[in-house]
Amino acid sequence: MAETTTHDAHVSSTGLSNVKLGMWLFLGSECLLFGGLISTYMLYRGRVSDGPTPEQIYDIPFTSVSSFVLLMSSLTMVLAVSAAQKKDDRGVNLWLTTTALLGATFVGGQVYEFTAFYNEGLGFSTSLFGSSFYTLTGFHGVHVTVGIIMLLALVAINKRSSVPGSKSETVEMIGLYWHFVDIVWIIIFTLVYLIPV
Amino acid sequence: MTTETIEGTHLETEQEHGMSTRGYIVVALILAAITALEVSTYYVDFGPLFLPSLIVMMVVKFVMVVSFFMHLRFDNKIFSWLFYSGLLLAVGVYVAALSTFHFFLR
Repeated sequence: MAETTTHDAHVSSTGLSNVKLGMWLFLGSECLLFGGLISTYMLYRGRVSDGPTPEQIYDIPFTSVSSFVLLMSSLTMVLAVSAAQKKDDRGVNLWLTTTALLGATFVGGQVYEFTAFYNEGLGFSTSLFGSSFYTLTGFHGVHVTVGIIMLLALVAINKRSSVPGSKSETVEMIGLYWHFVDIVWIIIFTLVYLIPV
Repeated sequence: MTTETIEGTHLETEQEHGMSTRGYIVVALILAAITALEVSTYYVDFGPLFLPSLIVMMVVKFVMVVSFFMHLRFDNKIFSWLFYSGLLLAVGVYVAALSTFHFFLR
């Protein structure tokens, strides 16, 4: 049997990629993680013994812009996946870098927001609201940061690769992770920022 | 059948998935428009429609990203089952947990 495998896709008994199957399982389990964090926030958001309340501290116009930036990074990510399927490595690198930059803008916005909140008197242990807010949005921010690292690492690996389209499945998997981070923010933006206590 | 043939078929099927670049841009524009509408609820009084409209818009955005950007609509149904099972389990578990704290009666 000739083995001429040139990329990292695997043939399994189900006819599906095991990597992709594993990624969807991972994302399903991540729903439980973020579900727990969001539920905890929902329970504690009104528990302000000290420091500012959510209504006093949230900057909706600023967070709206951040949300828009992250949403648009999903578009650039899907364009990277599309370019990977066409074996267009230049396009892949361009869109992955753009996605990483948009992600970095979002994380930068979050750092600014956390700093502003801290200066206004909301520390991690100021109140149950503060603890649950920083834990939830902080966990999300860490996920975005991990995504940015994966995107930039993939660009570096892709530039060294001599076989066009050899990383198409990896681009798709990182794309799934990135979109998941986006859909988690879609929920956080509505439940945390837009719905008042 | 060689591995190359199997993987070639797999890749071909993958390329048939998804949408055109134009399609992705249209989806992104719709998502941006819904986001703008969501933000408008902060400035405009939607009355009793405020909460239901926000929840509906959130769900629509979620489903659009999962279906079109994550290709779940075009992919094998097993992936949909895996993801939505995890999601529904999470929603079920945490709605039950929130109910024990009388969250929905506040």
